[in-house]
Amino acid sequence: MTAGSSKTEYNYDIVKLFTIATIYWGIVGFLVGIFIALQMVFPDLNIEPYLSFGRLRPLHTSAVIFAFGGNALFATSYFVVQRTCGVRLWNDSLAFFTFWGYQAFILMAGLGYVFGVTQGKEYAEPEWYADLWLTIVWVAYLVVFLMTVIKRKEPHLYVANWFYLAFIITVAVLHLGNALALPIGAVDVKSYSAFAGVQSAMIQWWYGHNAVGFFLTAGFLGMMYYFIPKQAGRPVYSYRLSIVHFWSLIFIYIWAGPHHLHYTALPDWAQTLGMTFSIMLWMPSWGGMINGVMTLSGAWHKLREDPVLQFMIVALAFYGMSTFEGPLMSIRYVNALSHYTDWTIGHVHSGALGWVGFISFGALYYLVPHLWGRERLYSIKLVSAHLWIATLGIVFYIAAMWVSGIMQGLMWRSYNDMGFLEYSFVESVMAMKPFYAIRVMGGVLYLIGALIMVYNFYRTIRGDISEKEPLENTSDATNESDSASNKIDIQGAVTS
Amino acid sequence: MSWMNKHEKLERNSLLLLVSVIVTVLIGGIVEIIPLFRMETVIEPVEGVRPYTPLELVGYNIYIREGCYNCHSQQVRPLRDEVVRYGHYSLAAESMYDHPFQWGSKRTGPDLARVGGKYSDEWHVAHLVEPRDLVPESIMPSYSFLLKRGAKLHDLKKHLGSLSTLGVPYTKEMIDWAEKDAVVQATGEARADTAGIEERYGENVNIRDFDGNPDMISEMDALIAYLQVLGTMVDFEAAKAVEGGE
Repeated sequence: MTAGSSKTEYNYDIVKLFTIATIYWGIVGFLVGIFIALQMVFPDLNIEPYLSFGRLRPLHTSAVIFAFGGNALFATSYFVVQRTCGVRLWNDSLAFFTFWGYQAFILMAGLGYVFGVTQGKEYAEPEWYADLWLTIVWVAYLVVFLMTVIKRKEPHLYVANWFYLAFIITVAVLHLGNALALPIGAVDVKSYSAFAGVQSAMIQWWYGHNAVGFFLTAGFLGMMYYFIPKQAGRPVYSYRLSIVHFWSLIFIYIWAGPHHLHYTALPDWAQTLGMTFSIMLWMPSWGGMINGVMTLSGAWHKLREDPVLQFMIVALAFYGMSTFEGPLMSIRYVNALSHYTDWTIGHVHSGALGWVGFISFGALYYLVPHLWGRERLYSIKLVSAHLWIATLGIVFYIAAMWVSGIMQGLMWRSYNDMGFLEYSFVESVMAMKPFYAIRVMGGVLYLIGALIMVYNFYRTIRGDISEKEPLENTSDATNESDSASNKIDIQGAVTS
Repeated sequence: MSWMNKHEKLERNSLLLLVSVIVTVLIGGIVEIIPLFRMETVIEPVEGVRPYTPLELVGYNIYIREGCYNCHSQQVRPLRDEVVRYGHYSLAAESMYDHPFQWGSKRTGPDLARVGGKYSDEWHVAHLVEPRDLVPESIMPSYSFLLKRGAKLHDLKKHLGSLSTLGVPYTKEMIDWAEKDAVVQATGEARADTAGIEERYGENVNIRDFDGNPDMISEMDALIAYLQVLGTMVDFEAAKAVEGGE
């Protein structure tokens, strides 16, 4: 393979654009998150009609999942597919279209929520015209990615690309299925979902849970499979494990949706299937985690010195934790307690802040000096500061939600000596208040960490090197020769 | 490792890999979703469930627009405490005309599946205008603007028409009379002839001025009409009597 030797061959401009968008939307999404968390402590912050919690919560979820997460997936997949296939991204203009097309979708969706345009399905709120637009952009994305893969110079398709491909195609299937709707008129923004009641619930959570499974997991595992081996300078731990966990993960995930509908009017057999497959999902999830962590075999010392690698490994730890907690919560009897409570919110955030956020930060710290041709990040110590402040933020967040969520569930179901319900609903609301405040603190810490990253990137792109950390004292993790280490992970993975 | 050699085929042929991924991810969805459209037992027929009246439908759409589902569920589970707190557990038939369902996933506020008839219209108006006037510890946003904003009724024909295309049993008559029925339901018996709407939607329809302002049909009228019908379509007392008699 010779492609790696010449940087000019690759389309880095598009990766840069998506990288900047990732950082921008990340900050926006975290800010909206903090604002709506504050609204739960100080309800007067709800400014009707446009800035009330009900309209802003979808803005937060869409901003972090689809804007921050989505742009991170675009950036890294376009980078990884070029590096591992040894060719330039197919068709510059179509790739450019996916960038502006996707940003336009984000604006369409987000402005819609604030002005009350929504389909009312969690994580699938955009109305039919935005859905249609996203479909066009997504097909363009698939074409760009697939055509690049097809004209690759490497005979084998590297494992990271399997995950990216599965993510792109499955999200397309889910989106098309769940978004089926009938607009009330060609120039009306309002539409009605094609499905009603029980069926719409099942289809929504088939979509919803696999937005987690394929958008927030498979895609980010693709990221993990490239950036951890690169940062560690080691081949992927087990090629066999990556095959087994890839196929079992994508097969099993799809079944897990009904665990969002335990004890509802959904037929029991569907609930039981959802629970069973959710528990089975624990194994492939941990297969991926183990494959990532064990990639450090023989290079554990790097974990001590390199905060970028620490970000990635902490991400996997959170991934392992939330993919254990998830199956636990999918058990009907546990779910009877946890469902409808803030425990679920805590669970989601240990995955979102810990896994999705941290693996993205790790990848960004790798990408930025690389894309802008800098020898190193401005400051490695600031990466470390980001890591610890953000980790502390997550701990505040999830601990508060665990404690309060379980408390909430227990309060709802407790009886007094007379056999009556012990608490009125609003007493459970009052009991949540201090925990909602702690959650805000956690979110603020997480944002501070991200702002440190923005500053670090700003200085890095300007070409600065921190005076306190001159070049010769630092590890060479970020400026290893690309073609050489590229060979390590591909061939190492294939032959190990 | 022969299976690993076979897997090499997939790694070399990306289109084959793509097709294999699609097949793999379709299986679970097909098994779980298709039977829900084919099996008669999924939605057991229940007496009393009817499509929303046009005014209630406007209210349902306001409920969605404001994102109420982010904090309120509409699904009472068959668990002892929930049945005591909220009422009879939810039946599949009760949301069969909701495009889409509003079961929700979070209870920052209480479940609303059976809120209909629990509080007076006046309570709802006061509560929506400023929740903390009635429940000091509430963290719900206030929705006073609903009182001032006229409900959009002129395009109701299109709404009912689309839903009827999707399978909601709105008759041609219901569609033609949609706007008129909404006006009648929100102005009440004192000012309108209610025979038509009762004939079309049944005698249990709540017909009155909901928001206390007879001069305008506001979004508050529509939202409260929707809230007041939630969970009231099925007569569980009557059903209990029948079940007990068996």
